[in-house]
Amino acid sequence: MHNIDSINHVKGESVYIDDIPQQEGTLYGLVFDSTIAHGKIKKLDFREALMLPGVIKIFSAKDIPGNNQLGAIIQDEPLFAEKEVHFVGQAIALIVAENELIARKAKQLISIEFEELPVITDERKAYEKKQFIFPPRTFKLGNTGKAFANCDYLIEGTVKSGAQEHLYIETQGAYVVPVENGCLKVYSSTQGPTSVQKIVAGVLGVAMHKIEVDVRRLGGGFGGKEDQATPLAAMAALAAYLLNKPVKLIYHRFDDIRMTGKRHPYSSDYKIGLDKDLKIIAFEVDYLQNAGAAADLSPAIMERTLFHSTNCYFIPNVRAKAYSCKTNLPPNTAYRGFGAPQAMFVIESAIAKAAETIGVDTQKIQETNLLNENDEFPYGQIAKDVKSMPSWLQLNDKEGFTEIKEEISLFNKQHGHLKQGMALMPIAFGISFTNTSMNQARALVHIYQDGSIGISTGAIEMGQGVNTKLTQVAAKVFSVNEKRIKLETTNTSRVANTSPTAASSGADLNGKALEIACNALLGRLIISASEILGVEKSEISILNEKVLVINKTVGLEWEELVLKTYLKRINLSEKGHYYTPVIHFDKTKEKGHPFAYHVYGTALVKATVDCIRGTYALEKVNIVHDFGKSINKDIDKGQIEGALLQGIGWVTMEEILYDEKGILMSNALSSYKVPDIFSVPKEVNIELLETEGTDMAIMKSKAIGEPPFMYGIAAYFAIQDAIKAYNPNYKLKFDAPITYEKVLLGLYEGE
Amino acid sequence: MIEFILNNKLIRTNEPSGAILLDFIRKNEKLYGTKIGCREGDCGACTVLVGSLNGNKVLYQSVVSCLSPLGNIAGKHVVTIEGINNGALSPIQSAFIKNNATQCGFCTPGFIVSLTGFSLSGKKAESAALRSVAGNICRCTGYKSIERAVSIIVEKLRQKSPINSLQWLIKHNYIPSYFSTIPNRLKNLNAVAQASDNETIIGGGTDIYVQKADEVSESKLGFIKNQNQDPQIFIDNGKCIIDTACSVTDLMQSKVLHDIIPGLRKHLTLVSSEQIRNMATVAGNFVNASPIGDLSIIFLALNAELIISNKGNKRNVLLKNFFKGYKQIDLGKNEIIERIQFSIPAKGFKYNFEKVSKRTHLDIASVNTAICISLEDEIINDVMISAGGISAIPLLLHKSADFLKGKELSVETIKKASEIINSEISPISDIRGSSKYKQLLLRQLFYQHFIELFPKLFDIKKLTTHA
Repeated sequence: MHNIDSINHVKGESVYIDDIPQQEGTLYGLVFDSTIAHGKIKKLDFREALMLPGVIKIFSAKDIPGNNQLGAIIQDEPLFAEKEVHFVGQAIALIVAENELIARKAKQLISIEFEELPVITDERKAYEKKQFIFPPRTFKLGNTGKAFANCDYLIEGTVKSGAQEHLYIETQGAYVVPVENGCLKVYSSTQGPTSVQKIVAGVLGVAMHKIEVDVRRLGGGFGGKEDQATPLAAMAALAAYLLNKPVKLIYHRFDDIRMTGKRHPYSSDYKIGLDKDLKIIAFEVDYLQNAGAAADLSPAIMERTLFHSTNCYFIPNVRAKAYSCKTNLPPNTAYRGFGAPQAMFVIESAIAKAAETIGVDTQKIQETNLLNENDEFPYGQIAKDVKSMPSWLQLNDKEGFTEIKEEISLFNKQHGHLKQGMALMPIAFGISFTNTSMNQARALVHIYQDGSIGISTGAIEMGQGVNTKLTQVAAKVFSVNEKRIKLETTNTSRVANTSPTAASSGADLNGKALEIACNALLGRLIISASEILGVEKSEISILNEKVLVINKTVGLEWEELVLKTYLKRINLSEKGHYYTPVIHFDKTKEKGHPFAYHVYGTALVKATVDCIRGTYALEKVNIVHDFGKSINKDIDKGQIEGALLQGIGWVTMEEILYDEKGILMSNALSSYKVPDIFSVPKEVNIELLETEGTDMAIMKSKAIGEPPFMYGIAAYFAIQDAIKAYNPNYKLKFDAPITYEKVLLGLYEGE
Repeated sequence: MIEFILNNKLIRTNEPSGAILLDFIRKNEKLYGTKIGCREGDCGACTVLVGSLNGNKVLYQSVVSCLSPLGNIAGKHVVTIEGINNGALSPIQSAFIKNNATQCGFCTPGFIVSLTGFSLSGKKAESAALRSVAGNICRCTGYKSIERAVSIIVEKLRQKSPINSLQWLIKHNYIPSYFSTIPNRLKNLNAVAQASDNETIIGGGTDIYVQKADEVSESKLGFIKNQNQDPQIFIDNGKCIIDTACSVTDLMQSKVLHDIIPGLRKHLTLVSSEQIRNMATVAGNFVNASPIGDLSIIFLALNAELIISNKGNKRNVLLKNFFKGYKQIDLGKNEIIERIQFSIPAKGFKYNFEKVSKRTHLDIASVNTAICISLEDEIINDVMISAGGISAIPLLLHKSADFLKGKELSVETIKKASEIINSEISPISDIRGSSKYKQLLLRQLFYQHFIELFPKLFDIKKLTTHA
């Protein structure tokens, strides 16, 4: 089944925030933000700006009736800076004007003076100064100290990975319309409507029920709209509430990229110990997370880094410690993978460095240490239904690693300035919010008396196809045509207390809640049918919109059954509530069973480097992936291809650069490059690993959003493998992304 | 008053000629299928087609509406996604659905419009179809599904009749039938945006609308594109002459230029995206004075000359003397560049252009360089080498060229010349690379010129100390 939105998408008829027809009198907001990364506000003067015709009002911290606070996990981030600024792009005021052009002109007329304070942009510097957002955490298994003594090989190193801009093509935005009694309707391009509702209510000092958040769809999210859509909604809501006028606030791309957080850069130090059989005996790692100037979601992201410190390898002795370092950058935030890619990049780097040092193939160490059934993760969960080795072996069966290496070696002999390389990337990604309480969802289902069905859930559609999967779930439970089903907007007045659509869990949590609601309704319909037909309810089923009695049609069809049931005064609406069973985690011990299940798979990437120009192309990516029993292969394949390329982008061309003053230099699409159609691997072959799936996943179809992102990491190592083929003196680097610049310098390193 | 046709509707507007087409489409006309993604021509979400009358036909090109002033579309046909929608889905739209080539959908209308532009062009090759969407960024799909859709579209379009292709496209539902009425309707329109005194003169607008959109969008502008209905590229007296209003696409399509430098088309595919190439002018690239302007580098190596006019007074300036310092040019307040010309080099010359940027397509160079070289009996008779990204201005490398002249082509000579280049350049570290990188990269690209032009004499191993 194709994405249910695809027809409207190709016709340009899908509605995003900026396309909602505006009410008469709508005003436009523009954020006045800090131009320095750290300092005290000495003077702030709006007078001249307010004199510009068309400027309605300029709001700042003192206008906030409630709490000037955005922090969801830790209350450390004001909506508007009051006395101090902590990053370039921090909001200081909101200009509201009759149109955007007037607002932009007014922005030039605001006068502000700062007293500049020292700026830290680097996580190591923040670490040295002990500037942490919250205390460090440590995960332990076994005893690394003792284990290192018994290792044949000990390798230490440092690893860096860079920031990544989400670059959803639809920038952040909100449109807020006042309704009666001081209530607001908030249209927000957010992955977390409840979070928007809660923060808006807090800023205004009103009860949550006064704020209705409504989301049709997002033009891309990738985590960037999990927490950071909230300030826009809060600012627009503040203005709409105080002016009693509709207010729209859409970021210009330049504002969006400057003001919003990215994937966290990490610097890490590790020590890895192996025995002579290449078994990894012990692994110690310190992660320094660059959180930016406020907590945002950093505590949860840091936690997921710790959960994924060993990727899909079994290591009996582990000590992983993570520090969230406070710097003067925009607060970094959720991004597909949520701290796990950074952790996996470290363990893969450690393995690659070990292989280079020992003089064996990296794949040999990877394969030797793959996770097996009943192995223990460092956080205490026992691995079940492990698919590491099966996916590795199936990938090798598909196209043998040895043959590919021979092919590459032959190619390299035959070509002077083109060299190829390859790398493998096995993954294990835990599914569930690591904060156990967030693993809950609700769905509201109405069957209308004409037999059509309306569904509301807490899931946000952002292109990942969750609404399509939810349609399939309802169609399957009721056994009706998908055309009968309409997915409503995600709205906090219909479904309350939602968790953000994140952690790859949107389809699982909301789908399970929907399944529960649909099954309850189906039960009522079957009872109703048994009464109408005068037969036992155990003999009744519904198939393809027909009521069957002992598997035979009886002339009673869906529409008639629904209408008759309604006339019998039976409730045709139902709310389903689901919470993930089994999972738990004790933060005082850092042990538990945090994940409903893991997603496994292995990828192979083959790259070609142009050794004159220092450029590269990806020839091929082969993937064997554990989908479980995919309910929508089209969508799941699309998620793999999309996540893969984002992962490739992260480790190859996407380079976020700040100067020492904390000013973003890669501040536009002209200087921050994401993959285009010519950057794509020439071949992407995705194969299904035949597995049973798990009952913890929606209809046994495993979560898909994030895990394939990490396949992209193989591109980093494949490119270096090719560099080594040209320059045998080259020493592996562990500093992503591997830009063309790094490649060329590497090719001629030691010249 | 500016007149144009938007989809099937005649527009007559008093908006300033500098007003941005994208805003006109969304705000004035409330057509929301054209999306705002970046406002700097780098994402393609706002792509529209612009049709220009050419005899009895209309030629369509894709442009980014975020950088298009209304003045540049006076007398033209502008097509948004709404102007393509036609009840049933077009084969391009269907191919996207069937191949799951849309996820969040925000970039999708831009892709559909770009590919509809491809269907309206005479091109057939899959590579040309892919190039038509090179300026469209999708962050969701990873493009593989888009590639699959494109290849089906290309396959279907192979059946297109070359004779009456517009009717064929209408019949097969690629475009609505009103397209056939457009040529006659355009003939009746005023194609020149009203001029005023004291104007800023702009070309394609692809740089100025990135730098200062608000300023120019309220101004009355002069447009070199519609002062000069049919920009020409021709040969006169041993010189190739290019009208200043020529776009990069015009350069690519010129048979005259192709005959002189057969490789130029390929080189020009490294310049920006198809949408931008359809808009950007040669003169604009010079006046912008970027130290890494691709066209500056391409024409420097041809020792091009500018013909500058000021209300009838003309003067000639060599391009190499035009750049005075960082973003400083030899152009007075009321002067405009009218033409660019270069002497066609003697028979047997060779030309090459190299560019490396952070991303190969639709990106600004880290370093770019061009060479024009002629030999006589293995001896370098004449050579011009230009390089960008290594100095405050696009640079002609005089010293190394002087060194090479009269020398025999050999590995030693080329290596020595590359050392001389190092003394001529002063790269700085910036967003496009460190100075160390740019220096190494220029050496490599300089070597690549010779490897490309004289493959029997040179390879990278001989030229570098790696053996």
